[in-house]
Amino acid sequence: MPTAEPREVHLTIPVVPEMEIAATAQVAALGEWMELGRDKIDEVKMAVVEACINAFEHSGTPDHKVELRFRVGTDTDTDGGRAYLEVDVLDNGHGFDPSRVTAPRIGEKLRAPHKRGWGLRIIRSLMDDVRIESGEHGTMIVMRKYR
Amino acid sequence: MSETLKVTLEKPDGTVAILRTDGYINNTGGEEIARQAYALLGEGTVRLLLDLERTKIVNSIGISILIEVLEKVLDQGGRLAFCHLTPTIEKTFQIMGLAQYARVFPSPEPALAWLRGEVE
Repeated sequence: MPTAEPREVHLTIPVVPEMEIAATAQVAALGEWMELGRDKIDEVKMAVVEACINAFEHSGTPDHKVELRFRVGTDTDTDGGRAYLEVDVLDNGHGFDPSRVTAPRIGEKLRAPHKRGWGLRIIRSLMDDVRIESGEHGTMIVMRKYR
Repeated sequence: MSETLKVTLEKPDGTVAILRTDGYINNTGGEEIARQAYALLGEGTVRLLLDLERTKIVNSIGISILIEVLEKVLDQGGRLAFCHLTPTIEKTFQIMGLAQYARVFPSPEPALAWLRGEVE
């Protein structure tokens, strides 16, 4: 998707509990700068938290790091352009097949011993566009929120 | 960095209990809520209100633990309500379907009335 003058910030966090909160601070800073709005900023923060903890728990990344790229840009495909905040969350783990992730259902989870598995559902519901690229050398989740 | 959750218990009467959270509801936060909720269930208090006024962020691991709490509350014939959710936390509860089994209220008063069975 063509964009004009994207602005990027990079952050690398260790796979350590609660480091995902460090990533949300960057969302808040860029979101406020681009006047994204409080509720949308909170939704991006929640999606970033989910992407980070997915990488922490499931990627098996050998360097014990997760990289984040925060990008403010304008979608020039639309009249007048639409500003967006986009976040890439990358790990160097073993990857996964997103098409094989079962959609969770609350009625089943209430009676099941395993109640987790909500991360991708939450990310896809809270963000406007989500793209997942995953292979044997890692995973990249690209999440975009329009202003 | 620490976002340790604090949970404060209030029992306005013998039928309901309020757990007020302050901080990030992640795995450890969820476990602390569950620990206090299970103690209440163990002593027969099965109508619980979770007041999240001072919680601005949650994650799906923490919410999964809240689903465990909800399951145990329902198993004992109780009720679980939430109040003071941020719009994003409320939206997340809706996405997950939690709101089908627990009620969400803007403030404690209507939540307590529902928990006590004064309104449906």
